[in-house]
Amino acid sequence: MTITANAPTQARRSVLDALEAESIHIIREVLAEFENPGLLFSGGKDSVVVLHLLAKAVFPARVPIPVVHIDTGHNFGEVLKFRDQVVARYGLNLVVGSVQDYIDRGELTELADGTRNRLQTRVLLDTIEANRFDVVFGGARRDEDKARAKERILSLRDEFGVWDPRNQRPEIWSLYNGRHAPGGHVRAFPISNWTERDIWAYIEQEQIELPPIYFAHKRQVFERDGMWRAVTSVSQPAKGEIVSIRQVRYRTVGDASCTGAVLSAADTVPKVLDELALATLTERGATRADDRISAAGMEDRKTEGYF
Amino acid sequence: MTTTLLRIATAGSVDDGKSTLVGRLLHDAKAILADSLDDIARTSAERGFGGETPALDLALVTDGLRAEREQGITIDVAYRYFSTQNRSFILADCPGHVQYTRNTVTGASTADAAIVLVDARHGVLEQTRRHLGVLALLRVPQLVVAVNKMDLVGWDEQRFSDIETDILQIAAGLGITQSAVIPVSALNGDNIVDASSLSDWYAGPTLLGLLESLEPGSGQGAGRLDVQYVIRPQGALAAGLDAEEYRDFRGYAGTLVDGRLSVGDSVAILSNGQPASSRIKAIRTPAGMVETALAGAAVVVQLSEEIDIARGDTIIAGELDAAVREIEANICVLAPAKLTAGQQLLIKHGTKVAKAKIQSLDHVINVADFSRSAATELNLNDLARVTVRSSAALAVSEYQDSRTAGSFLLIDPSSGQTLAAGIIEAQNAAA
Ligand SMILES: Nc1nc2c(ncn2[C@@H]2O[C@H](COP(=O)(O)OP(=O)(O)O)[C@@H](O)[C@H]2O)c(=O)[nH]1
Ligand SMILES: [Mg+2]
Repeated sequence: MTITANAPTQARRSVLDALEAESIHIIREVLAEFENPGLLFSGGKDSVVVLHLLAKAVFPARVPIPVVHIDTGHNFGEVLKFRDQVVARYGLNLVVGSVQDYIDRGELTELADGTRNRLQTRVLLDTIEANRFDVVFGGARRDEDKARAKERILSLRDEFGVWDPRNQRPEIWSLYNGRHAPGGHVRAFPISNWTERDIWAYIEQEQIELPPIYFAHKRQVFERDGMWRAVTSVSQPAKGEIVSIRQVRYRTVGDASCTGAVLSAADTVPKVLDELALATLTERGATRADDRISAAGMEDRKTEGYF
Repeated sequence: MTTTLLRIATAGSVDDGKSTLVGRLLHDAKAILADSLDDIARTSAERGFGGETPALDLALVTDGLRAEREQGITIDVAYRYFSTQNRSFILADCPGHVQYTRNTVTGASTADAAIVLVDARHGVLEQTRRHLGVLALLRVPQLVVAVNKMDLVGWDEQRFSDIETDILQIAAGLGITQSAVIPVSALNGDNIVDASSLSDWYAGPTLLGLLESLEPGSGQGAGRLDVQYVIRPQGALAAGLDAEEYRDFRGYAGTLVDGRLSVGDSVAILSNGQPASSRIKAIRTPAGMVETALAGAAVVVQLSEEIDIARGDTIIAGELDAAVREIEANICVLAPAKLTAGQQLLIKHGTKVAKAKIQSLDHVINVADFSRSAATELNLNDLARVTVRSSAALAVSEYQDSRTAGSFLLIDPSSGQTLAAGIIEAQNAAA
């Protein structure tokens, strides 16, 4: 037997228990105090964990709110398939906001670089408004990014969806106050205090299913900006970029046009945990081209209303 | 629930080195990965940090907002995470400016321990006292004082012990007894993770060593559950469950804020202001059915009697102390709004929201020396003793006995803003 750095110790277990309890507390506060919540659900590991926590928070009742997917039209097929399976398994209502539809109608214009991450904001805000959500749960974590590190658990958005990082509502003890101005809404982040490692340790503990692209698999890739990009209809090698077949996995699942894979042989959750213990790059740094645009990439997108 | 998750907040005056210290702690604990480090190195170089001898500005680890980086200050709390072999830490790096005190209150309210920084050149400043006052008021259980920038006073032992004496005296005056003082240089990394060779006169632990030895606070007192949410699945049962088994299921979901609850316990209930009693029939935690749940657990309890219980009601192991409508509290004003006696407000206590008003404004507390003076209105960042009257009876405790049952928010009913955080010092048994 090999002993790994991440063998589930008693200490690890108690940290997960504390994080899980905090998240469930937040989820129950939001379900009770808001009229019409939704859950942003991409099929990515963080949103899968939030859904799992949501199901626990209301057990034995069914998850009482719809899930919302902002579909860029560039998603990995495996992830969409997984999304639909989860929706069916939990008996959920799925609301889809489609970036492709906006582009087809001429309401959004494709960006020069072909990435669609930034285009999601408009669709997200419209979907929230059209469905009259007064709050949406998101799976953002503070350890993902330096702007996220600053955000409250209940984060207010004005009628334009704008986040004002310099004027956040104080959030004292575990007394959450989600009252907001008419026309505005709230983003609720119940796993704010979880790290990437906590998420994986919890996935292992709870035996939570994930889309297959999170685990090592063979794929046609090419290298760009120090990241391994899959060859798909929306991400094609440029001249001089060499395509090869490599064993890779994804640390985040975002838009295929700007999400990179990492070389990896980790095909199980415990192996992913071992790999993480040795990782030298952050999750977003290793996999997101959109965060490399500028040092404040995430802050800028967030103030516009992004997730 | 005993946990090895420890929450820590920083405090102290502007520029005393709070953000640098948090950055240093993460850096030396190897919790900053290469790409984040690159970002910090690039930004440090752009801003010419270190002048002649270019260096890493580790304050950038937490000062992540554009405005913070431009001004070299901390505006709002940044949360950072790291773990050692047996412990996970949540570090809340708080701002030092008076105008951002509400953000410091946000960061400190959930902390198990606070690191208070003092610049060795300046000693205890007015803002240091203010933060000590806030920490005392919030009863952050443990205090670590880091006397920083020791490099700028030539690691002078006398200077350190003068500050140590000074701050321990102030802390004791505020009723803070659990404190330790460490000489450090956040900039150079002395006594943060590794012991320094420059302070051979100091025999105590490094900052990290000390943080690893602290014990997180745990909810003592009687078992208490503030009902968040009533679960009655009826037709809407989770997929795959047996409809027969859960036909009449009615569970009260909430977080066990203090003590413990066991199956078979007799409980007192404050339901819509009326006392009732029952017995615990079953307890479910996220891990499944249990006989006993401990403070901190998110639970669903079922009772043996059918009682009308809703969100905002409280279930307590044993007897219910008299529910009250009048409480004496210290409040910290968190919004740029005037507060006066008689004003219509909402109180949020536990999961209960009720109409309330400030019955009387007893005195304002000057945090620098804790002296009191009369006032007719309160403004942003004021600390004051008030009497609050609630329209609904509340099952409160004093804050010193329970951080949850002893705290509340005052909310503006029209704007919805959080106006003040309240700390219950006494309850008036009057109806
Ligand atoms: N010489 C020296 N400078 C320090 C030390 N710690 C912080 N500083 C500097 O003091 C200034 C304020 O630091 P910062 O961490 O932003 O303080 P904060 O306002 O308390 O967060 C910065 O220029 C730091 O580089 C130290 O130990 N020695
Ligand atoms: Mg700072």
